[in-house]
Amino acid sequence: MALLRCRGLRKEFGGHAVLDHLDLTVAEHQVVAVIGASGSGKSTLLRCVNLLDDLDDGTIELDGEDISDPRVDPDRVRRRIGMVFQAYNLFPHLSVLDNITLAPRRVHGRGRAEAEAQARELLDRVGLGAKADAYPDRLSGGQQQRVAIVRALANSPRLMLLDEVTSALDPELVGEVLAMIRDLKADGMTMVLATHEMGFAREVADQVCFLDAGRVVESGPPGQVLGEPTQPRTRQFLRRIIEAGRL
Amino acid sequence: MTLLDQVPSEAQLRRSAYRRRQTVYSVLVAASSTAALGTLLVIAVTGAPGWNRVRRSFLDPEIARDALPTVLSGLWLNVRLLACCAVGALLLGLVIAVLRTLRGPVFFPVRALAAGYTYTFRGLPLIIVLYLLTLGVPGLRLQGMPPVLVLGGIALVLTYGGYLAEVFRAGIESVHSSQLAAARSLGLTYRQTMRHVVLPQAVRRVAPPLLNDVVALQKDVGLVSLAGPIDAVRAAQIATAQTFNYTPYVVAGVLFVLLAIPLIAVTDWVTLRAARRQSGG
Ligand SMILES: Nc1ncnc2c1ncn2[C@@H]1O[C@H](COP(=O)(O)OP(=O)(O)OP(=O)(O)O)[C@@H](O)[C@H]1O
Ligand SMILES: [Mg+2]
Repeated sequence: MALLRCRGLRKEFGGHAVLDHLDLTVAEHQVVAVIGASGSGKSTLLRCVNLLDDLDDGTIELDGEDISDPRVDPDRVRRRIGMVFQAYNLFPHLSVLDNITLAPRRVHGRGRAEAEAQARELLDRVGLGAKADAYPDRLSGGQQQRVAIVRALANSPRLMLLDEVTSALDPELVGEVLAMIRDLKADGMTMVLATHEMGFAREVADQVCFLDAGRVVESGPPGQVLGEPTQPRTRQFLRRIIEAGRL
Repeated sequence: MTLLDQVPSEAQLRRSAYRRRQTVYSVLVAASSTAALGTLLVIAVTGAPGWNRVRRSFLDPEIARDALPTVLSGLWLNVRLLACCAVGALLLGLVIAVLRTLRGPVFFPVRALAAGYTYTFRGLPLIIVLYLLTLGVPGLRLQGMPPVLVLGGIALVLTYGGYLAEVFRAGIESVHSSQLAAARSLGLTYRQTMRHVVLPQAVRRVAPPLLNDVVALQKDVGLVSLAGPIDAVRAAQIATAQTFNYTPYVVAGVLFVLLAIPLIAVTDWVTLRAARRQSGG
C-alpha cells in the first residue's frame, strides 16, 4: 500500500507555479530520490508534504488519510513525518541531547529519563555518543547533520523527508551522512530524498523522480531514469551533471 | 597555531620589537595627556570666581553627613521600586512582543491593541504618564484605589514595557525562519516553538539592550518623587529645603551612580559575552 500519495499538487509563489500538477506515490519501505535542477521545486515539494507550506491545489494522503484537508491538525501530521534540512537547523541554544529530546518530551510527553536514554542509544548507534552534551557549534557539519537525522528519528516517524542533506558538507564529510541513510534504508525506513548526489541516488533509491519546472518529467527505477532516460529534458539535465563531474 | 619550540623568524622578531615600543609610547602619551587635562580642570574649577560659594552650597561635608541617613532610606524605596518595576516591565514587554507575533484573523484585535500600546507609550513622555496616573486617577475617587507609590510604579511599567516590547520583538524577529521550520517539522505547536526555540534564542540575543533599558529605568524611578513618595530625590529635596543648601542632591546623585555601577557592570559583561559567542561561533 502507498504510504504517501500526492495527487495534482500545485504551489504558486507570486503567480509563478513552482509545483505544477505534480503526482508522486511512495510505497512503504521505499526510498524515492527526487532529482532536478536548482529551482525545480524539490524543497517546495518536501515542505508541502510536511505541511510547512500551504498547497494551492491537489491532495496529499499519508497512510490513507487526506492530510491536505484543512480540518486536519498539522502538528499531529508532522509528528509522523521526520524532516532533515540542508542547513541542519539544529537549535544552537540546546545541547545535542536536548535537541534530540525536545520533541519526544514536549510533543510525545515522554519523561526526561526515558527520552534521554533513547537519545543516547540512537547517538551511540551512529558513533556520536561522546557528543551528547556538546553544543551544535562545537560539531563538524557532518556531525551536526547526523544529529539532525537522529533528532528526526527520535519521533519514530513513518516517513523521512531529506532535503539535500549533504549539499552543505565538505566532500570528506558527505560519506558519514550517506552511510547513515544507507542504514536507515536497511532498517526499512520510508524516505523521500531531494539530492544532487546521483551516484548515491542510483545506489540507494528504489525509484528516481526527475523534477522539472514543478512537474515529474520522468520517474522509475534508478537504472532506467539515470541510465537510459527517455525524456529529452532528463537527458539534458544528466548531460550537464556529467559535464560537472557529479555522476 | 605555533609550536612551542619554533624559533621566530627575523621578520617576526622585528615586528614584536616594534609593537613593544609602540605600546610603551602609547602608555606614556595617555598618562601625560590625562595628567595635563586633570590639572587644567582643577585649576579652572577651583580658580573660578564663584568656586567658594559653589563649594559651600553643593559640597558641604557636614550637611552631607546629616542628609545621608534620610537620603539612604529614600534610596531603599528606589531600589525596591526598581526591582518591582523592572520585573513588571520585562514581563509586560515580553507578553506584548509575543502577542504582536500572533498570526491569523482571530488575533487581529489582540495584535492591534498590542501595537497601539507600544505606539502610545513609546511616544508619551514618562512625566505625563506619571502625572496622569498619580494625580488624575486618584481624582476619580474610586473605592480601593492603590497608593500613589503603586500608581507611579504602574506608570513606569507601562512606559518601559513599551520600549522593552520593541526590544523583545527585534529579538524574536532575528531568529531565522529555518529555526521555526525545524521546530514545527518536529511536531511542536506554535506555542511550544515560541517557548522552547524562539524565545530562548531571542532573549539571549537582546539581553544587552534589555539590561541597558533597566539601567535607564533605575534613573527614572526617581521621578515618582514628583507625586509625593519619599524616595532618595524627594528626601534630598526636603533636606535642601531645611538647610538652604544643595549638598543633599549631590549625595543622592552619588548614591544613584553607586547603585548603577553593579547594574552597568553586569550589562557590560553580558554584552561582552554575547559578542564573544557571536564571533566564536
Ligand atoms: N518562500 C518563497 N517565496 C517565493 N518564492 C519561493 C519561495 N520558496 C521557493 N520559492 C521559489 O520556488 C522555486 C523552487 O524553489 P525550491 O527551493 O523548491 O527549489 P529546489 O528544487 O529545492 O532548488 P535547490 O536545488 O536550489 O534547493 C524557486 O524559483 C524559488 O525561487
Ligand atoms: Mg532545495
